[in-house]
Parts: sequence; C-alpha cells; structure tokens
Amino acid sequence: MPNSLFDIMGPVMIGPSSSHTAGAARLGKMAYKLSGGDIANVDIYLHGSFAATYRGHGTDKALLAGLLNLSPWDEQLRDSFQLAQEKGLHYQFIPTDLGDVHPNTVKFSITGKNGDLSEIVGSSIGGGQVVVSEIDGLTVNFTGERPILITRHQDTPGVISAIATLLYEQQINIGNMTVNRSRQDHLASMYIEIDSLCQEDITSRIRQIPGMMRVKLLLPIEERTPAQF
Amino acid sequence: MDAISVINRCNEENIPLSRLAILLEEEQGASEAEIIARVEQMLAVMEKAARGALESPLRSVSGLTGGDAYLYYQYQQAGRSLMGEGPSMAIAFALSSSETNAAMGRIVACPTAGSCGILPAALFSVTEQRGLPQSARVAGFLTAGLVGMIIDEHACLAGAQGGCQAECGSAAAMAAAAVTEMLGGSPAQCFDAAAIAIKNSLGLVCDPVAGLVEIPCIKRNVGGVMNALSAADLALAGVKSYVPFDDTVDALNRVGNAMPAALRETALGGLATTESGKRMKEEVFSS
Repeated sequence: MPNSLFDIMGPVMIGPSSSHTAGAARLGKMAYKLSGGDIANVDIYLHGSFAATYRGHGTDKALLAGLLNLSPWDEQLRDSFQLAQEKGLHYQFIPTDLGDVHPNTVKFSITGKNGDLSEIVGSSIGGGQVVVSEIDGLTVNFTGERPILITRHQDTPGVISAIATLLYEQQINIGNMTVNRSRQDHLASMYIEIDSLCQEDITSRIRQIPGMMRVKLLLPIEERTPAQF
Repeated sequence: MDAISVINRCNEENIPLSRLAILLEEEQGASEAEIIARVEQMLAVMEKAARGALESPLRSVSGLTGGDAYLYYQYQQAGRSLMGEGPSMAIAFALSSSETNAAMGRIVACPTAGSCGILPAALFSVTEQRGLPQSARVAGFLTAGLVGMIIDEHACLAGAQGGCQAECGSAAAMAAAAVTEMLGGSPAQCFDAAAIAIKNSLGLVCDPVAGLVEIPCIKRNVGGVMNALSAADLALAGVKSYVPFDDTVDALNRVGNAMPAALRETALGGLATTESGKRMKEEVFSS
C-alpha cells in the first residue's frame, strides 16, 4: 500500500506521460549524477516503448533535460535540445533492442568532458518511478532513494570484509550488495546500497583499504520542488 | 486500508475523510501546515493548467490534437451549453488540463498524467459554482487522495496494468468523493459516490492512438468528470450504491486482470488499431 497521499497525488510534472516523460527526466538526471556531471557526449539507446513512441511523448526532450540536471517539473524541459546546444552537450538518440528488459528502458553511453566513460541502463517502471539496473557493467537496483557506494578493487580476500567493517564501525546498515569480478585483470566491482550516511568522510576511509582503486559515493537523488511554481 | 474501516473510523471520531487523510499523512512525519502548503502548491499548478488552454488554442506536441478547450470555452461563454454553469465549466477545465498535458505543459498527475484533467475540473467547477472557499478545494484534494490510496492498494492506477478504468475510472471515483465531501456529504456518501463512478467506468480499455496520451485520453477526461459529478449528485441526494466501494474496487482489479494486453496501453487494440487510428499513427511518426 502507498505510504503517502503524495505517492498518489503527483508528481508535479511536465506532460504528457508520467512514465515516458517524468520518469525519463528522472532517469536522465540519475545518469547525470552517476556519471559525475559535466558531460561532453552522450549516446542514448532507446528500447521497446521508449524506442517506438519517444518523439510523441517528448521522451527525448525529457531524457536530455535530465542529463542537463533539470527536474521533471521544470518548464525548461521542453527546450532541452537548445539548452544542450548552448552547453556544448552532444547527443544522439538511437532506437535499439536491449534484449529482455522492461519495455521502457534506456541505455546512456556517456563521455565526460574529462574523457571518463560511463554506461548506465535504467527503466521507467510507472507513475514516474524509475530504477537503474546497470552501472558500468555492474548489475544494480538503484532507485535514487538511498545512498550507494560503488567500488573498484583488487579481487583479493579481505577487501569486501574491510569495507563492511568500516561501515559497521559507523553503524551504517547495508541494504543491498552486488559484486562483479573480471578474471582476466583480477579486478572486482562492488555496489553497496546503504541505509544512512555518517558524519565522517567514509569514502576516504574506504579508499585507504589495501587493494582499493576507486570508490564513489552517490547521494539520494532529491526531487525537491520549489516553494512556488 | 479499506473503505469500510475508513468510514468506521471517521464515524467514531466524527471527522470527514479529508481530516483522516491529514492524520494519516502526519504519521509520515509531515506537519499539518506542511501538508496543506504542499496541497495548495499542487492546486495552484492544477488551476493554471485547467485555465491555460481556454483563452487561446493550444496544440499538442505531436500536432494530432488541440484547440478543443478553446473551442468549447467560446461556446460555453456564449451561453450555448446544454448544461448548467458548473458542469459546462467542468468540461472546459478537463479539456484545458488534458491539452496542457499533451502540449508538454506543467500538470499534476492525479492519479496519472493521462487522467490529470478530471479531479481539477471537478474541484474548480464546484467551488466556482457554489462559491466555496479555498479550504474546500484543499479538503476535496485530500479526500481524493485517500480514495486513490485505497484503489492503489487493492487494484491499480495504471492503464498499462488495468486499462483506462484504472486511470480515468479511478480519477472519477476520487473526484466524486471529493465533490461529495465538499458539498457536505458524509464519509459513507463519499464512498457511495466513488463506488458509482467506478461502476460506470468498469471495462474501459486503454487504447491510445499512436500510443500517445491524446486520443481518446483528452475527451475521456471529460467523460470522467461528468461521471464524477453525476455520481456525487446521486450520493448527495441520498442514493446509495448497491455494491459497496470495496467490492467495486475488487471488480476493477479483476476486470483489469482479465483485460488482454492489447487493451492495456500497448496501442495494439481498440481505437489505436482502427483505420483512422493507424492513419494518424503514420502521420505522426513519418514527420
């Protein structure tokens, strides 16, 4: 059952579709945050219903608006093509088949202005709700509601337990966790969803763990509406 | 949560549905003032959309639809409507909200974007017609939300899951309860109105032309608010629903589950696959 009346009433959004427009904008915004912002180029692969109806639903404008860090209620969403041009953000939409995934799925291949590459797959699952299912090849289940940690580390015993111990010391509960490993280079990636944050800078503590190569902390995607529209 | 327990609690505490909605929302950690401020903010967005396409024609992004709110409002203002001031303005408001949605304007999904015209049309036409204060619109909004929560728990609110009956039918039920409370109906009468509105929408399929939230969605919002107003009128006259609200929601759920996928927002059946529907789809996607 819905917890809040505002799960039913709302969101305040730019039309015409909560899944194809509001959800698309949220997915774009999540990709923006996950890639670290400052995007030079993005290839946007559209699957299923997204591929079939993206023009009529403004899904393309909404995805791009999100990649420009705009929110689903922002009227600038309609003008995102022009805004992208002004900001030097290159983009192209590519209808495709991403396989056995939700009908409203999109894959972002992002090149940052610093040359960093990110790949994010997410779906709009109805009523504006979204879920990111893949980050840089790692299978995840990120809805933007809770903070997550993403690590890249040597695939050796003790690394995962060291991370878990650090989180335990800060009384941070782990909600969800996925590990992916690649045998060729002996590296592993980990996705950890946590229930809360702490005062201390947990990422720099994790970075000091032997074998740790990279750690990223992603805060919940806040959808704070302005006091007045 | 079901209607029967909600009605019992409201009767025990001698409060309207809107008050119970506030008490439940306060359990989520928000204060009454914060809740009301949020509702008023959303009402302001709703009102802008409900009036925005009346004074000049507004076209949809696809180019398929638009201008009907303007056309109807001219006719209504000339005093030519078949209906009284209230219901005819409800038609105008429903068209304007839905056209705003199709034109990528700002709306409030209530419960969805495709059905975003029904509740605002009911709230604003009744307040105008009866000269009710702003607080009545807030109460109507809250009552509608509470009814929507019950439908969402026992059935669904998405066309892709339950067809249009789950979207426009639910919106009509929410609006019917809202209007009934605004005009002094009891909690039981509110649910009678909501039950009648659901019964009058059962089986309604979701078959949008070209998969877009335009044809027939915009005009179904008009049908939805007419359904809501007549259901509220019946309940306020003392007419009861022979099938209680909770059972109508159960029926809504089972009818939705029995609906083939072609009639659940896939654009593979109904109006979407008529000759004209197919032609319009071609027109939109070839340009």
